[in-house]
Formats: sequence, structure tokens, C-alpha cells
Amino acid sequence: MPKISIEDLRKIKEQQLNKMSVRAGHHRAKITVHMGTCGIAAGAREIMTLFRDIIGEKDIADIILTNSGCAGLCAKEPMITVELEGSAPVKYVLLDKTKAKRIFDEHVMEGKVVEDYALAIGSETMAT
Amino acid sequence: MQERDALLKKKVVPSVEVIPPERLKLLDEIIDKYAGSTQNLIPALKEAQELFGYLPMEVQRKLSIGMNIPAPHIYGVVTFYSFFTITPRGRHTIRLCLGTACYVKGSKEILENIIKDVGINVGETSEDGRFTLEAVRCLGACGLAPVMMIGEDTHGNIHPPKTISILDGYQ
Amino acid sequence: MCASPFYRMQLMMCAGTGCIASGSLDVRDALERELQKRNLQDEVQIIMTGCNGFCAMGPLVVVYPDGIFYNQVKPEHAPLIVEEHVLKGRVVQDLLFKEEATKTRVPLMKDIGFFGLQRLIVLRNRGLIDAESIDEYIARDGYAALAKCLQEMTPEQVIEEVKKAGLRGRGGGGFPTGLKWEECRRYDSFPKFTICNGDEGDPGAFMDRSVMEGDPHSVLEGMAISGYAIGANQGYIYVRAEYPLAIQRLEKAIHDAREYGVLGKNIFNSGFDFDIGIAPGAGAFVCGESTALMYSIEGKRGMPRIKPPRSAEAGLWNQPTNLNNVETFANLNPIILNGGDWFASIGTEGSKGTKVFALTGAINNVGLVEVPMGTSLKTLIFDIGGGIPKKRKFKAAQIGGPSGGCIPNGMEDVEIDYESLQGVGAMMGSGGVVVMDDMTCMVDTAKFFTNFSVDESCGKCTPCREGLKAMYDKLTDICEGRGQEGDVEFLIELGNHVNNTSHCGLGKSAANPVLSTIRYFRDEYDAHIRDKHCPALVCPELIDFEVMADKCKMCGACFKACPSNAIVWEKKKVAWIDREKCTKCRTCIQTCKFGAIR
Repeated sequence: MPKISIEDLRKIKEQQLNKMSVRAGHHRAKITVHMGTCGIAAGAREIMTLFRDIIGEKDIADIILTNSGCAGLCAKEPMITVELEGSAPVKYVLLDKTKAKRIFDEHVMEGKVVEDYALAIGSETMAT
Repeated sequence: MQERDALLKKKVVPSVEVIPPERLKLLDEIIDKYAGSTQNLIPALKEAQELFGYLPMEVQRKLSIGMNIPAPHIYGVVTFYSFFTITPRGRHTIRLCLGTACYVKGSKEILENIIKDVGINVGETSEDGRFTLEAVRCLGACGLAPVMMIGEDTHGNIHPPKTISILDGYQ
Repeated sequence: MCASPFYRMQLMMCAGTGCIASGSLDVRDALERELQKRNLQDEVQIIMTGCNGFCAMGPLVVVYPDGIFYNQVKPEHAPLIVEEHVLKGRVVQDLLFKEEATKTRVPLMKDIGFFGLQRLIVLRNRGLIDAESIDEYIARDGYAALAKCLQEMTPEQVIEEVKKAGLRGRGGGGFPTGLKWEECRRYDSFPKFTICNGDEGDPGAFMDRSVMEGDPHSVLEGMAISGYAIGANQGYIYVRAEYPLAIQRLEKAIHDAREYGVLGKNIFNSGFDFDIGIAPGAGAFVCGESTALMYSIEGKRGMPRIKPPRSAEAGLWNQPTNLNNVETFANLNPIILNGGDWFASIGTEGSKGTKVFALTGAINNVGLVEVPMGTSLKTLIFDIGGGIPKKRKFKAAQIGGPSGGCIPNGMEDVEIDYESLQGVGAMMGSGGVVVMDDMTCMVDTAKFFTNFSVDESCGKCTPCREGLKAMYDKLTDICEGRGQEGDVEFLIELGNHVNNTSHCGLGKSAANPVLSTIRYFRDEYDAHIRDKHCPALVCPELIDFEVMADKCKMCGACFKACPSNAIVWEKKKVAWIDREKCTKCRTCIQTCKFGAIR
């Protein structure tokens, strides 16, 4: 390994911060894949893998990819929720890989909601 | 109580066991690695103790000649630091923490149980060569007090009456 | 770089000594197996971090990005965590931390009182980085302070910044770090050395271990900065023999730092050379004293010498030497990057910044906490520490180890900084706080600390060697019922002599535990001496055990537990204790769930 310069120090910092972004708590976009038993059976794992591949490939640091339980709408799985910072979350239903890819490109990257697949905008109200 | 506290003080009995010459040869490597400076004495003694389990006179004498450090200096260092021992060890070394946190949480009772049931006090080795008991001043694992190490295993949150059942795992 | 897998989730596992002893490595293996079983190993990463501080609750797992904190995780919980949380995103309720005061489960780490009330400077990276990765340290601004010093600042400016910060030595004495450096810089004799004191000997203190294990690079960087400031090219870290994991992590850190060239020749092309070696200790408390420590590095018996000359003038091999504590060094990176004024804005008038305390003893949340100087003892024990377990009463807190003193119940509003602690007869020491409840006998505690000091006295000067022994004998007499009127006065007089006439810092403070317990718990000494009674029921010679008939539930647990068959019990009858046979071992008191034995 060569000796590093102060410039290298900055580079290492940036590269490494990307890998650690999961722990940062701050992010521009959050994608939640609903992975209850029903979601997994309907192919949620594939969608999750797809997103991981895209994010890993493009080396994007400011997106959080997470999962949650069944959203209660089992008939319309696989489902995801996309939440951009400062705007209401959008739920997408009945997805496959192609649809998911389009959502990623248009909504997550460019901020345009893909109305074709969207179920609703906004979260359900919580009782508590 | 006073008797027990008196027993707590370590007894230093120089060993008379004879180490075979071929085993003493193993020291050459350590001497080659560390000779040249007094600064290296403590690391050298540590490695020698790992090799023999303790530091008998023969080992100290050989290190003295090999590293060109006066034997009294080496003996002085060996007896000063609690990590070094000049008596042979049992198969398992029990390091019982008597630090504040452990003391407050009952390590004294653990000590009493060991004294009573194994029959050894701090600094002693049981006659069957099974255990050597050492008291240490804090293992830095106060979160788990009271703590005792047996060999490399750390046992934490010990309920004093259970002491002997823990020892039963080490034969 | 782009080919590296994207981990959507990271499980941060504590791999400090405490959690490893509780079995965190087994939990890691179980989690890894479980992830592999479900083919999740490329999606979810397990990272082993340094000590998280909450040692009593280990093994600990923090799940990111959610920030969910699981405690007391066992290998058999691994399938549950993977199946429920990792796969389905459902938090496993049973493994969440339970706040003792409110009896509620708290999922998020930041909402737990223990963590939420802390302010992290020294422990800024704890639980957040892989303890063995230099890259992760760099990502959290690691070595940027060293770069800033070498590129933009003269050594004088570095010293000026540290002086402005008001940083004081965290090892006990509280000497201003900037002044120490300035003095060392003044001497024109080379080579010079800078030493890190990692001989954390105070029982009940483990913050230095935690920093060396969890964030070793922060110590190395601080040492390099001090080397630059005073003009030293060689540093040593003296680590005690009881900390093998710390030695191992430091070795790896030094190796990686050399590879990157942040240690070694011509660092960052500045012309500054600096390297660090590890000097392992071999078990001697007195080696925490600066001059003794230097003799020990030289391979000699570690016995303090009389000062002056001070180490800054003639230290290691009689050369100018700077010695700071682990925690002091770990403060330097943030001070250089954020400026001395920033640091000085935290804390009190005379004590700046934060201090790490090790909370142990009779307290719910045992662990490491970092709080601003001036935080009250009450906040520390009750808000962060979660109070005293088993509904017992707070009696006293022992601060500063064998050199420190007690702060009794009723004075817990005291704001902790160097001055106020001295005012009440304790001292900062390295920051060990041992909490004692009403089951603790203060005379016995004083005896314990004195015994410690007798054992660890190097024997060089008479007041410490003989004076402490005489004090110990007197305390033993008192605990065993042979106390007489005048004993307390004798202890006070002798204690003052020991404190005033010993050579080194350890001897000068060795009588503190006795003097401070006498100051606040004189009545307990008097009860031992006059009434031959130990109010806390600790000293065996001064108590007789008995079963309180009204509280006894006749379960027979004490009967089964008694090792000397001194308890007589039959089914459905109240137990009683045969005093002839009773050895006063307290096993029955420990065993009884109903508090029926006294």
C-alpha cells in the first residue's frame, strides 16, 4: 500500500462514508419494501435484490433501503413505499422487476411519481 | 478473618525444579529476538513465561547471561510485577477479580467458597495440580461484576453460591 | 469501488471485553449462520465495533438504518432477529431495552436515557465504526486533525489551541495539557518522547480500555499531534497486561497507520517523522505513576522517584518526555478540528469539555458514560445510571478509586468537576464511580481500599509502606470488634501523615478513602467501636444472623444453600440458624428472595 497524501485522506473519507451511510440517519430518499410472508411469496425478495443491485452499481449514498412487515393489502403484493425527503410517501402495488426499475429511475432519482402503479399518496393514519 | 487476610499475601517460594537442558534451549529464540536492551526485558520474560508456565531460577539465569542483564535485576523485576510467577501453575489459573465493583457485588464470598472447597488460597496451587488461584485488581469488566477468569474464559455475574459448579467445568 | 455490494442493513455488534465475555462472538456466529441460511449475507453486514459502554446489558446489537437497540442477545435469538427484523422489518419486542423506572420497552437507541443524556467527544466513534478499520476511522474525520496540524499550524499554534481549549489531564491529576506540552517543548535536548498512559489500574475504571479497544486510532492520532507539538519523534503506549484485546487492537491500528504512512517517516510530506511502540505492562498498580511507568518501559522495577526533575525535563532515559492519559489523547482530534473555543464552551469555569465515567457497583445501568463537566452526581446516578437496583437506598458514591473519596447520600447535587470534587474530599481520578447501597459497610470499604494500597505500595518510602499497613491493621481491629476509643483519631492523624509525607502521587492520596469515610460516616465507625455492631450487616464478627419469622416464607432455599449446614428447616416451618455452626458467609442472605434473614 502506498503512503497516502492529505488529498487521499479526503478520498478515503468520501468513499468510506458511502459504505457507512446506512448508519448516518440522514438520507434523501427511503424505499421500503413490504416483506411480510405474503410479500415474500409474491416476489418481494426479487424487488429488494434489484434495488440493492442498482444502488450498489451506481454507488448512491443518500438512499436508505429498508423493509417492513405486511402492509395489510396482501392481494396487491409486492408493494413498496417510496418516501422522498420533504414529500409524502407513495405506495406502489403489484410490482415486478420492470416496474420497480421504472419507479427507481423516475421517482427516486428524478422525483416524478409514477402514477401508473401508485396506489395512494400518504400514509394511513395511525391510531396511536 | 485476620488469618485469611494474612493468607492473602502471596508466599514466594523459589522453585527447585530442574528444567532439562533441551527445554532450556527453547529460550535461545527469545534471547535472539530481545537481546541488546534492558527495554525488552519485560516482553522477553512474558514470552518465557508463556513457554514454561512460570519463571524458575534456571530460566532467569539463562536469560541473564543471554541478554547480558544482571541476574539480580531480572529477579527484582520478576518479583515486582504480579504478572510473573516463580512457582509452577495448576492446569487452570483462576483469576478472581477483587476490584471495587466486584468486591461490592460479592467476590469476597466467591473467594471464601474457593478457599473452603478447593482448599487453596490466593497464590496457591491445589495439590492435584488442577487449579492455581490468583487475585487480580480489576479485569476492567466491571459491568459483569463479580467476575472471575478461568484460563481464557471470563465468567461474569457470578452468584457466589454457584462458584463450585462453575469450577466443576474445569477438570 | 462500484462493484462493492450495497448492504441495506448493518448489524453493529459490540465486541468490547465486556460483551465478548457475555458471549457476543457466539451471537455473531449464530447471526452469520442464520443470514447465510436465508442467503442474506450480501444484503446485511455484521460489523464488530468497540465497546458500546452499556456493558451490563451485553451482548448488544444495534440495527441500522433503523437505529434499533437490542440487548442481552443470545445465540438462540439469532433466528428471531433475522426472520422478524431483517426479513420482515418487525422489531423484536422481547429484546428491546427496558427502562427500569417506567417499565417500558424502548426501541430506539437515542431514546434510552442511558444514551440520550450523554455528550460524546472522547467516545464519538463508539459503536459507530468497525474498531479494526482505519478507513472507517478516516471517514469520521480521522487523521484530519493531524493533517491540519502538519499543513497549517506551527507546533506553537497547536499548543496555543490546546491551551485555549482548557483541556486538563484525564488521568487523575488534572494538570493543564497545554502547559505540560509547552514546558516539554522548551527543553532543547533530543530525542524527546511522548507516552500514552494506558495503565488503567484503578479498580472500577475501564474507560481507557474501552477507547483503546474501540477507537485505537484516536489515541494514535492524539499522540502524533502531541509529538509534533513538543518535538518528539517516538511515542510509547504503556498498556497493562490485563488488557490483551486492547494490545491486539492497538497493534493492528499501528500496523495499518504505518501502511498508510500516517505514522512513520515524512508524514503527509511535511518532513515530520513519528512512530509508536507498545510497551506492555506486567501487573503493578504503581506503574500508573508517571516516573514509575517510565522505569517500567525501560525494563526496570516500576518505582516512582522524587520530583523534580519533572518528566518534561528528564523522563524516559532521562530525556524530555510528555505523558498523557488515553482519554486526554482521544480529545485532541475534535479540539484541533473544531477549535479550542468550541471545546472551552463545554463544561464549567475551571474544567472544560467532557469526562468519561465508569458507573459500577450497585446501579442499574452499569457502563461507560460521557457527560459534560459539571453534570451533577444525581443526574449521573439516577437519570443515566437508572438508580439503585432492588429498591435499595443510595448510600454513597466512591469516586476516583483508591486515591479518591466518598460522596455520601444528601450531597448528590454536587456538580462533578475537578474543583468541586476536591472540595468534598474526593477526586476525579480516572473517573471510576462505584455506587454503594445500604448493604455496604463503609469501614469495610475503607479497609478494602487500604488493603489494595498496602498490596500495591512499591515499598520505596516509609509513610506509604508502613503507615498504610498500620492503618490497615487498625481498620481490621475495628471490623473484628477490637476497636477502642481513640482509634478514629489515630487513623485521622496517621492518614494525614501518609498523605503529607509520601513520595509519589499514589502515596499522597492513599489515605483518602479512610479520611473521607471518617468524614461522612463517623457514626458507622463509632457503631463498630462502641456498640460492636456493623449497621450494614457486613463485618461477620459484629453480627449474628437470624431469620425474621414474619418474613420467612418457609421455602427452604436457605437450608439448601447453606454450605455449613447451619440452617435448620422443615417443610412448612420457619427456618432458624444454628449460631454455633454459622460461618457468616452470607450465602443465605444472597439466596433468600424475601429478605427474611438479617
